[in-house]
Amino acid sequence: MSPAGNSVKFKTESLDFYYGPTRALKNVSIECFDKKVTAIIGPSGCGKSTFIRTLNRMNDVIAGTRIEGQVLLDGRNIHAPEVDVVELRRRVGMVFQKPNPFPKSIYDNIAYGLRINGMKDKRRIEATVERSLRGAALWDEVKDRLDDNAFSLSGGQQQRLCIARALAVEPEVILFDEPCSAIDPIATAKIEDLIEHLKTDYTVIIVTHNMQQAARVSDYTAFMMLGELVEFGPTDRIFTAPANKLTEDYITGRFG
Amino acid sequence: MPKTERPFDEELKSLREKLMEMAVRAEEQIALAVRALKDREEEMACRVLEREEAINLLDIEIDGMGMRLLALRQPLAADLRFITSALKISSDLERIGDLAVNIAERTLDLLKAPQLKPLIDIPLMARIAQEMVRDAIRAFVEGDDRLAREVCERDDRIDQLNGQVFRELLTYMMQDPGTISQAVDLILVGRHLERIADHATNIGEDVMYMVKGKTIKHHIEGRAGGPKSGEGGAGA
Repeated sequence: MSPAGNSVKFKTESLDFYYGPTRALKNVSIECFDKKVTAIIGPSGCGKSTFIRTLNRMNDVIAGTRIEGQVLLDGRNIHAPEVDVVELRRRVGMVFQKPNPFPKSIYDNIAYGLRINGMKDKRRIEATVERSLRGAALWDEVKDRLDDNAFSLSGGQQQRLCIARALAVEPEVILFDEPCSAIDPIATAKIEDLIEHLKTDYTVIIVTHNMQQAARVSDYTAFMMLGELVEFGPTDRIFTAPANKLTEDYITGRFG
Repeated sequence: MPKTERPFDEELKSLREKLMEMAVRAEEQIALAVRALKDREEEMACRVLEREEAINLLDIEIDGMGMRLLALRQPLAADLRFITSALKISSDLERIGDLAVNIAERTLDLLKAPQLKPLIDIPLMARIAQEMVRDAIRAFVEGDDRLAREVCERDDRIDQLNGQVFRELLTYMMQDPGTISQAVDLILVGRHLERIADHATNIGEDVMYMVKGKTIKHHIEGRAGGPKSGEGGAGA
């Protein structure tokens, strides 16, 4: 099934998701490949964000939601009773639409997660903070001001700090939920550049409203509409010759 | 989902219209050049030379429109295929215009001596080539991949006629070396028409890509049911 050389990291099988009586995801079956970038596109309300939030069980915290079908990470059902949700979210990190640093210093934004995960050795924490900030391409900009409040950073820098925070706990997958919608084009370019680098070590799944961004950063693209997966395929094919008429109409802006 | 009219659609429409205008001109140039040759009309041949610039200007204009749309609209999928095809087609039409000029130049040369023989196959080639250009553009405008494929298939007939013209003129040259200069000019005319048909074929292939999103060029999938035997091997 999967293209040669790609192993499947995430797989959903006939996934249905309900907010109370509302069925927000309908029979979604998809495979996201290891160390590849998968973009999810689709009109507002199509279920993109709901979908990626099922991948680290972020929807669990919303009352009245219900899931049917399976979500498999490395072949294992993430909803199985023995799964530790905190450990799942360590393995599957998330970066949100608006940068949401803690009201703490730049340093503590990253160290905090390490400490609550039980890391005590100060030198190890220091090393991890630096590695994470380097990983998020932020180190050179903040290395002399690690004690400054995170809110003193620009929006784009705050977003990269959130990425660094996600990287600190050594995840395997990073979910991005419209990570650039609140930042300017230059900061966007930096994040996109970063995503390109991240895929050497991580599996990336990104929800975006920006079609050009999906085209630029992703290896695979999934198009969703009204809770259904309409088309999934290599990004270059989806954006030059989509197989489905709905995909075609959406990406060429023909929807009213 | 309701469809919306996009401002972009107007721009694509004017690109399409420019290309149609260019195609009509290119096609007229072929007709004019070959009629000048057949009817030995010097003035008509000169008109072909004069009319070339308009085609070149259209080529430049279409390039500009296409580049602008690519930069400003960042087209995707069918829109992207349409614009990139339009850019390629305009290059093909520009070359077709050049070849018509080459035919007119050969004609001016040929008019310096009495007619070698009445022309039959060359006007026939010209008619087929002209129709290929016309239908290739119609296929483009109407997004008709079947017509485009059919245009590509007509190329074989042109190649065959070109071979026939060449062999016939070869016998003239062997019988009477005095005919060489004229025969070579006519062979070149045949060659130019054959090249025109090749450009029409390119247009047909681009249209098939534009409509289907699949490349059929260079016998990758085979135009008429797979590559011909012998091709792709160590053949000629």
